[in-house]
Amino acid sequence: MQNSKTQETLTGLFVACGIAALFFMAMQISNLGSFSSEKVYNISANFENAGGLKVKSPVTIAGFRVGRVSSISINKDFVAVVKMNIASQYKLPDDTVASIYTAGLLGEQYISLDPGGEEEFLEENGVIDITSSAVILEQLIGKFFTDKESQ
Amino acid sequence: MIDFLQKLGQTTLTSLGKLGRGYFFLIHTLVGIISVLSRPRLLTKQLYSVGVLSFLIISISGLFVGMVLGLQGFYILSDFGAEETLGVMVAASLVRELGPVVAALLFAGRAGSALTAEIGLMKATEQLSGMEMMAIDPIKRIIAPRFLAGFLSMPLLAALFSAIGVIGGQLIGVGLLGVDDGAYWSQMQSTLDFQDDIINGIIKSIVFGFVVSWIALFEGYDAIPTSEGVSRATTRTVVNSAFTILGLDFILTALMFGDI
Repeated sequence: MQNSKTQETLTGLFVACGIAALFFMAMQISNLGSFSSEKVYNISANFENAGGLKVKSPVTIAGFRVGRVSSISINKDFVAVVKMNIASQYKLPDDTVASIYTAGLLGEQYISLDPGGEEEFLEENGVIDITSSAVILEQLIGKFFTDKESQ
Repeated sequence: MIDFLQKLGQTTLTSLGKLGRGYFFLIHTLVGIISVLSRPRLLTKQLYSVGVLSFLIISISGLFVGMVLGLQGFYILSDFGAEETLGVMVAASLVRELGPVVAALLFAGRAGSALTAEIGLMKATEQLSGMEMMAIDPIKRIIAPRFLAGFLSMPLLAALFSAIGVIGGQLIGVGLLGVDDGAYWSQMQSTLDFQDDIINGIIKSIVFGFVVSWIALFEGYDAIPTSEGVSRATTRTVVNSAFTILGLDFILTALMFGDI
């Protein structure tokens, strides 16, 4: 009988270890621990060019991540509409500027928000009016050459 | 010519017959699981021999695979000056692919072969037919608890493999090669997604657990009841499991990650 008891204890230990490993994966390896429990609100911004922005790209203020891009689409004027989830403790003024930047030379693209000084705050489904589009390297180089030629 | 056609027909019929027997066997087993639930003691015993005894090989292999990934990943990533993403590389490859696949291959070698040999020997020594004589359904009493144990322990073993592997990668990457500890974990957390990566990895390991247990038990149950037949069945278990795991892994990966 002793033997079967040890067996059961070890089995219990095994199952507990397995569940602990699953928990570890969920909390420590994935982004579940950091973000999913927070409350968020949606805002959107229209960009002429969304560049290499992707769903789940980070949205930052002063380099600190406050949310993620939730969807990217184009509207009837062929302007990219980027919707993002912002954690609800960060209230953004109405005249916030949204810009698309690249992390490092080859890094991923992200949205940087620059809060303005307006008293009014962006509500759920608010729209950011002032945006600056992604910088496309090829366009920049092309511009550089046409400027050179015209000189 | 006629001989060749006859051989071909015979091979086709044999393999189709085996496939059909396999499906019937699976359905019987799945029905038998219901009666296992009222006898958890049978399940504990099998969880011990299938899960606990595979625990050591899985955790040691996980540690070494993680450490190798840490080393290799570091040498490649340092060419691009991107050592900080080592955590992403180690964790993504473990959670998405290596965890479920390598754990399943080890599981097939460690537990699957043992199951086949056990069932095959039971058949060869006529224990199974003895049980039938006593009106005990061997599928309910012998097969179903083993199947359920394999099905349950595989996701746990794969999770252990991945978790230990990530820690192994951290040991090498952070401890030996000097990657920043914070960057190792934070890059990993911001890149890996719970839904897309972790859950899909778990789904993979559940599928592998199902398939490996099925193959192992069926090969044992269907073995020719001689010592040679049992040895062949054991070999077939390992070979077929490996093929099935790798093939299914490709299909699952294409379904899960194909649309990115």
